[in-house]
Amino acid sequence: MPTLPGVHLKDEIAKITHRLRELGLSRQVDRAVWDKIELARHAERPYTLDYIHHMFPGFIELAGDRCFADDAAIVGGLAAYMGRTIMVIGHQKGRDLAARTRRNFGMPRPEGYRKAQRLMLLANKFGIPVFTMIDTPGAYPGVAAEERGQAGAISATLLCMARLDVPIVAVIIGEGGSGGALALGLADRVLMLENSIYSVISPESCAAILWKDSGEAHLAAQTLKLTSSQVAELEVIDAVLPEPRGGAHRDHAGAAHIVKEALEDNLRQLEALHPQKRKQERFAKFRRMGIWRENGLTLF
Amino acid sequence: MAQRVSVNISRRNGAPGDAESCPGCKQLLSAAELKESLNVCPNCGHHFRLGARERVAMLADSGTWEEIAAHLRSADPLEFFDLRPYSERIEEAEYDTGLGEAMIAGTCRIHKMDTVLVVMDFSFMGGSMGSVVGEKFWRAADTAIEYRFPLVAVCASGGARMQEGILSLLQMAKTTCAVDLMSQAPVPFVSILTHPTTGGVLASFATLADVIISEPGALLSFSGPRVIEQTIKESLPDDFGLAESNLSHGQIDMIVPRNQLKDRLVQVLGMLEGGVACALEPLWEEEAGRPGRGGPLAGALGRIKALANAPWRSLKG
Ligand SMILES: [Zn+2]
Repeated sequence: MPTLPGVHLKDEIAKITHRLRELGLSRQVDRAVWDKIELARHAERPYTLDYIHHMFPGFIELAGDRCFADDAAIVGGLAAYMGRTIMVIGHQKGRDLAARTRRNFGMPRPEGYRKAQRLMLLANKFGIPVFTMIDTPGAYPGVAAEERGQAGAISATLLCMARLDVPIVAVIIGEGGSGGALALGLADRVLMLENSIYSVISPESCAAILWKDSGEAHLAAQTLKLTSSQVAELEVIDAVLPEPRGGAHRDHAGAAHIVKEALEDNLRQLEALHPQKRKQERFAKFRRMGIWRENGLTLF
Repeated sequence: MAQRVSVNISRRNGAPGDAESCPGCKQLLSAAELKESLNVCPNCGHHFRLGARERVAMLADSGTWEEIAAHLRSADPLEFFDLRPYSERIEEAEYDTGLGEAMIAGTCRIHKMDTVLVVMDFSFMGGSMGSVVGEKFWRAADTAIEYRFPLVAVCASGGARMQEGILSLLQMAKTTCAVDLMSQAPVPFVSILTHPTTGGVLASFATLADVIISEPGALLSFSGPRVIEQTIKESLPDDFGLAESNLSHGQIDMIVPRNQLKDRLVQVLGMLEGGVACALEPLWEEEAGRPGRGGPLAGALGRIKALANAPWRSLKG
């Protein structure tokens, strides 16, 4: 226990070991992780509407939550796709300053999540598969958003997705930031583009809390394990999608082509399953999420 | 499996004899005084935090608590390190709280009503939700469905356990699925939100309950007040995110002071159980005289059996 002298020594050794790890070996790995984060947030990276432009000609956008407002940080609508109708829903960031402001930097408010729920239920009613694209720093932290039930809007969206009878495919296309991202991610298949990230907290906020210094974001990024390959290792996603040479920002059409093929692939597999069976598998998958120790064994 | 409820947990802080100043009215309160009043200021009604074991002792009928999934422990799946390794923080939390994780789960009777109870403890790493909390919640929900007991979740959490990275985020999806299984059964699910309940816990099972009860003065918000202040660059109203503000904005059902919580909880559960009883043996089927259900007498008996768990009778007694 901490009052014993031996443990103080252990503490010191641990601290020095960590410092060494921080200074030496880990620097290169660190750089690679940070490069990914910069790519995931790249200003030229294709956003949801770019993918829609390349993948779904004839997309019809549907607006509003029928309660309060239309949140431009989440877009959604219907599209004809490979011989069927599909419901497309995704976070939307803005390309220029005006668009960024209008879309609130892709940070949804409760009405965004309620619009998503409305569109998902509409899809479910007519047997239309749901395709979501995830790309947000997180749900918007604001007083009015809280008053309108930000937490409840996110949890209700998760529950809505758990209950859908239709197939759901989600792709993390850029920033998968926290609960605001996960809200569109309770899917039968969760795919992740190579240079996207998926994290419980931004490295900057994590560093501010644990290191008391947001300047240590590089260290936080490394230990959070938020890159596509690291997330895949933790069995949180189903597949990593490779990006065009140099990253998706260099070739929007190429990136959209890759996403389109993966979507078609996964949809076909999911559509071959009985809805009941599909939902069972969805629940079984999320039931397995997590790693813990039990009776001396580490369980996935 | 059965564990005795003990409130005499050794704590590094708050040794007996320590007096605490009430944040509500500044009055000095002795530890004994606070313990006597369920950690509520007798002067102004300020609700201090209550540990998970103390909460169980307060809600469960004496000697009825049997813990489930008590042996689950965090595995440090990311080998997470900040200024100190995660494994060390866990060890310290275990030592400080006498708990194995930020949530304990179990079955108990509340005013003679069989219930599955999960309770979070903020003093265990800020009540954060990692893999163990998610799995414990799932097993508690499973137990509730299997025995057809209602589930009560007493929440206190700063959000997801960032030391478990993306795995902790996914516990939101996992617990949501568990809630859906309970609603398919259906078994009643009531959440009790205590100070503070924020982040990933509030944005998953806590706000998916059939009835949401809060203690007075509890902070209930998805984003923390400091994060919001930094974003909007102005200071927040005094009542920001408090239970009272959430009630007036329609986000929760009711605010119940701690000393009335057990009675009110059992009334709510009883009402919901009464509904479950009717759903199991619908009146209209009996009237239609459907074959194979054993006639009106058996139907009535079934209802009585399902209602046996309804506690309003025991409240009167
Ligand atoms: Zn007071």
